[in-house]
Amino acid sequence: MTFQTMITQLGQGFGTTLSIFFLTLLGSLPLGLLVTFGRRSKFAPLRGFIKFYISIMRGTPLMLQLIVVFYGPNLIFGLSVPSNWRFIAAIVAFVINYAAYFAEIYRGGIESIPVGQYEAAEVLGYSKSQTFLKIILPQMVKRVLPSVTNEVITLVKDTSLVYVIGVVEMFTRAKQIAVAPDSPGIVTLFVAGVFYYVFNFIVAWVMERIEKRLNYYQ
Amino acid sequence: MKVLEIKNIKKSFNDQTLHVLKDISLSVDEGEVVAIIGPSGSGKSTLLRCATLLTEMDSGDLIYAGNYAAKNDENGQSVYAGKEELKKIRSLFGLVFQNFNLFPHYSVMKNLTDAQICVLGRSKEEAESRARSLLEKMGLADKGSAYPCELSGGQQQRVAIARALAMDPQILFFDEPTSALDPELTGEILKVIRQLADENMTMVIVTHEMAFARDVADRVIFMDGGVIVEQGDPKEVISNPKEERTRQFLARFAAK
Repeated sequence: MTFQTMITQLGQGFGTTLSIFFLTLLGSLPLGLLVTFGRRSKFAPLRGFIKFYISIMRGTPLMLQLIVVFYGPNLIFGLSVPSNWRFIAAIVAFVINYAAYFAEIYRGGIESIPVGQYEAAEVLGYSKSQTFLKIILPQMVKRVLPSVTNEVITLVKDTSLVYVIGVVEMFTRAKQIAVAPDSPGIVTLFVAGVFYYVFNFIVAWVMERIEKRLNYYQ
Repeated sequence: MKVLEIKNIKKSFNDQTLHVLKDISLSVDEGEVVAIIGPSGSGKSTLLRCATLLTEMDSGDLIYAGNYAAKNDENGQSVYAGKEELKKIRSLFGLVFQNFNLFPHYSVMKNLTDAQICVLGRSKEEAESRARSLLEKMGLADKGSAYPCELSGGQQQRVAIARALAMDPQILFFDEPTSALDPELTGEILKVIRQLADENMTMVIVTHEMAFARDVADRVIFMDGGVIVEQGDPKEVISNPKEERTRQFLARFAAK
């Protein structure tokens, strides 16, 4: 196997890595906001349920969560699953896991906004939803951005966990190539590492640009 | 006409153990400037927060220009008006905070126009022309595109006053508007309030600036321990207080 072929095959696996990455963000960033609302709800049973959900998501390995989401519907509930269930289960597990982390980051951001901002908006006659959308949310986004960047970078590397339910992304591909006869061997894993590093470098650069754009106020 | 009537407000915290307001009544006429003075913890700020609907009172009536915001029921407990009614009443008053509480992510112009547009339903052009004339009046005509963090404390507070005035309130409350400012900047703000008083703006000002209260207010109220100890003509109350407690408090300002 030539170096060229190895790169091409890793590139194909990287497509799956990117799909998991973007679909997870697409689902978990907004879902996290809903979870935050639940966590801050005045309705105690909802608040309690959300707290429990967050504690499970943070307190157990993501690998185990992948396994439960993948096998659970069939093994526990006897449901028949669609043929592309491996991939869907991976996305579902990632989304609900990352939403829990994002929710707690958002909560910290929301609770760090001075109460005076709410009071000023209230006296000016803003409704509750206007206050949140126009006054609180934009300030929260700025405050949580560094923590969100951290999670997003972790997510890039976490995508490799999906091998546990048989989804073949770049790192799984790299391991297969590395043990194949006449392959470049262990070098393949280093090349996979370079893929991750370069991608995370881009992620960090993009996030830094966004942070800079929000730096027009203190 | 009475712009504001407060009747027998009572408010306590910590499960009824800490009585902050003990049966306070106060009414403010159109064009009147009322200064509220008193030591920290006397209930001045709580009174202002109850009047501006930021804190719910336990008992008492709150009436703006004849509209009930809250009314005692037969058990002597305050019952607040419905959401729509309260929204209408909120448009009758404005509040200037000690810490300005400007929206940091909005430019000065947007701070002044946003509520006009999304609360009062004014057009962008109308809101901006109102904002420009207020900024000019505050001596900040060139600051429309600045952000609050680029302004001095005195400028920020003037923007906050303009933001409140942009909503065309019938009465404007000030909660220690100069307490976060140094003496020089304090002068800036007092000048603005004085100007508003000359224009017959109805105002209730919680302040520690005794000289200012004496010169600008039509009436001074001295509060202590959750009650109004003494009130009346500013020169009488501040220069010649009748109550011993008022005298004690003012002795610390005697040098001024």
